[in-house]
Amino acid sequence: MKGRVLVVDDDTALAEMLGIVLRGEGFEPSFVADGDKALAAFRETKPDLVLLDLMLPGRDGIEVCRLIRAESGVPIVMLTAKSDTVDVVVGLESGADDYIVKPFKPKELVARIRARLRRSEEPAPEQLAIGDLVIDVAGHSVKREGQSIALTPLEFDLLVALARKPWQVFTREVLLEQVWGYRHAADTRLVNVHVQRLRSKVEKDPERPEIVVTVRGVGYKAGPS
Amino acid sequence: MSRDSAASAPGESGVRSGRPVGRKVTGSRWGRVLEGGLLQGGVQGSPVLRLFMRWVRRPLLPVMRLWRRNIQLKIVVTTLLMSLGVVLLLGFVVIGQVRNGLLDAKVKASQSQATGGFSVAKQKADAAVTANGDDGSSADGRPSKNVSQWMNDLVVSLSSGGQGAFDVVTLSSTVAGNGGAGRGPRSSGDVDPTVSIPEDLRARVDSNTMAAQSYTRVVYKDGKESQAALVIGKQVLDPNGDAYQLYYLFPLTQEEKSLSLVKGTLATAGLFVVVLLGAIAWLVVRQVVTPVRMAAGIAERLSAGRLQERMKVTGEDDIARLGEAFNKMAQNLQLKIQQLEDLSRMQRRFVSDVSHELRTPLTTVRMAADVIHDARVDFDPVTARSAELLADQLDRFETLLADLLEISRFDAGAAALEAEAIDLREVVRRVVSGAEPLAERKGSQIRVVGDQQPVVAEADARRVERVLRNLVVNAVEHGDGKEVVVKLATAGGAVAIAVRDYGVGLKPGEATRVFSRFWRADPARARTTGGTGLGLSIALEDARLHGGWLQAWGEPGGGSQFRLTLPRTADEPLRGSPIPLEPMDSRRNRGLNDAGLPSGGGDKLATVPMQGAGGKAAPPMQRTSVVPRMAGASPTADPTALPGNGARVVPRPSGPVRRPDDMPAAGAERSMQERGRDGGGPEELGQAEPEELGQGEAFRGR
Repeated sequence: MKGRVLVVDDDTALAEMLGIVLRGEGFEPSFVADGDKALAAFRETKPDLVLLDLMLPGRDGIEVCRLIRAESGVPIVMLTAKSDTVDVVVGLESGADDYIVKPFKPKELVARIRARLRRSEEPAPEQLAIGDLVIDVAGHSVKREGQSIALTPLEFDLLVALARKPWQVFTREVLLEQVWGYRHAADTRLVNVHVQRLRSKVEKDPERPEIVVTVRGVGYKAGPS
Repeated sequence: MSRDSAASAPGESGVRSGRPVGRKVTGSRWGRVLEGGLLQGGVQGSPVLRLFMRWVRRPLLPVMRLWRRNIQLKIVVTTLLMSLGVVLLLGFVVIGQVRNGLLDAKVKASQSQATGGFSVAKQKADAAVTANGDDGSSADGRPSKNVSQWMNDLVVSLSSGGQGAFDVVTLSSTVAGNGGAGRGPRSSGDVDPTVSIPEDLRARVDSNTMAAQSYTRVVYKDGKESQAALVIGKQVLDPNGDAYQLYYLFPLTQEEKSLSLVKGTLATAGLFVVVLLGAIAWLVVRQVVTPVRMAAGIAERLSAGRLQERMKVTGEDDIARLGEAFNKMAQNLQLKIQQLEDLSRMQRRFVSDVSHELRTPLTTVRMAADVIHDARVDFDPVTARSAELLADQLDRFETLLADLLEISRFDAGAAALEAEAIDLREVVRRVVSGAEPLAERKGSQIRVVGDQQPVVAEADARRVERVLRNLVVNAVEHGDGKEVVVKLATAGGAVAIAVRDYGVGLKPGEATRVFSRFWRADPARARTTGGTGLGLSIALEDARLHGGWLQAWGEPGGGSQFRLTLPRTADEPLRGSPIPLEPMDSRRNRGLNDAGLPSGGGDKLATVPMQGAGGKAAPPMQRTSVVPRMAGASPTADPTALPGNGARVVPRPSGPVRRPDDMPAAGAERSMQERGRDGGGPEELGQAEPEELGQGEAFRGR
């Protein structure tokens, strides 16, 4: 299992500790401490996953996250000391796939990293349709009338999970388990934000979603295909 | 006037909130006015009358409300009524003066005319006497005929002087013995002589020889309309020396016309004056009321949070001063609020920064400790144990830090509710499955009751889950390995979840104290599980944030029940809870049922859950000695005292009950201190109050 992880954190002690833990789990960590240099380091190391501290000198984590997301769909896990909704949502909206609140246990961190990396190991040829979208699961592409829509791997997974069972209403907890791979319910805000982001990409009118429909009081389901 | 309206403005703007009081006062005043004349004293006795009054008053109610609420209407109507009164008074005075003036002139002119006429009549009579001197005295039949003719001539000649200006009437004297002799009534101008001359005037004319006058109505024989007139009469002698009555009738047509003209003019002028005064009052009041209303409206908007609203100020008059003062107030208010907001933001910022600064090193420590912990098998026993302790205490430290931050977020008002419709059964299921491992270890079983139907409420799932996890874990931990029951219910606008355990329970008075920060049930007892002492405080804050209640009940040795009540839709005030705070299987309820006593209190609880909290507090029936003393206090559970906090609401017992002998005074003092420390929202106050009650309960418990 490949596991190059780019750690973007200004706290050297924490970065070193992260390095120890990650190496212990068989990952190959590389480090950058400055937000301004993060993007360059990202291009250089081409990591499979980015661990990104939200508070950084120079460019802050949100900005770095946006820049990385602009050129790659690589999984980004945010490290944040703030668990306030606003901070979390801002981080997720800037493109992070997941977040983990400090202080975290090493096992929890590793579990989340593995969950994010795991998905790339299961390609199965499959064609799905939802609304006017055509999803090629193996080819990892979504098309509307021949036009392909760029989605991050996580958004893609979310869409596929919904599209595979269009008759089923998914609770946020179920989605967390299926898409993020968390056995124990983490934070349903993750789901909310990512559904918003997915909608902003695949819906014709994100205000009136037709692909990913909210079922009030329960969760989400795929729109009629 | 400006003071008047200024004073009424707050009342007007506050009508919504203050309505009940205001209505009562004015309403009763109106009622008194209405009933005062009609049924003084009879109101109490007769329900029929009261019903009738209500029936009469009902259609008036909107008018009365308008009257109460609209100062402009009040002032305009008052002005109208008062000016109407003044105009009427003035009108009467003026008309009276004019009438007197007109009549005086007429009377003088008429009197001289009549005096002239009377002397002419006398002269004619004298002339006739001398002309008939030779034969007049001898014959008895002739003279009467002559006199009759003479009279006719006299009337004609007299009345010819003033055609239309007056009429002349002769009547025979009514004095006895003077009658007959063919002297019937005569009149000029078709006047009906007998009807037109009043009887009392005739009597007066007969009684002396002076001229007498009176007012009358002239009646005409030819059907002409009767007229008011002045009549002057005198007894005159005819040529025969017999007395007859000669009357001059002066119709007051002209004067009446003038008077009615004056009346008409006055009425028109008065009407105009009244209407114009009303209009002026309306305009003037509007000038004052408009700014006041504007101020009221802006004050309302200010209080609704639109702090940038200001009054428009023009000129330098009192109204402008009001506006300036108002604006200054708004400005200061805005400034203060902004300062507070800044402060709160800074506080939040500080908390967030501290959190970040603390958490980053803590994360490193935590990870290091875990690495060491994982490698402990390679260490010698002492180091290995140290690694275990380090990891365990780090866990505790972490939770404590997290809880502290959460509490400080609440204190800073930074906690935000993310409410959406959720099925609480899901939350309960998650919490219960999360608590299963602990329950297994403790050997207790968690049973969920009332989850057949969806229990949906607008709530923040994360917070509700946190509250429930806390309650369930607490119940399992303090449950002595006995069953833990989680009960769900929904009714009215509220949903409730109660967690019941059968463990050590709560000592009297502890039911409120469990929610205090860092409070411990028994300091002497070893802390087996690593709670922070903040769990229930946070849970209480979470419940409050929802506008809900978190309350506790417990009896020593009989277990406890914690009840979370949430409004079904956010922003809806709670009025009661679907689950009674004291469970049906409490020792007291069972005792009641066994004793077969009328379970008045219990029934009340079941039907009115909110009162239930109060009613439940009614003392156990077996302790009959306390019952009579409590009886006075228990039925008056004040619903408004029901706070959204952890306190069970108990009607405040009267003095002797509250300060029992075996209750150390220190307890009361401490509760005072706690109250002081908690600081002042009304909720805190509410919390403190039941605390005292808790002490009353303590007494009963012993």
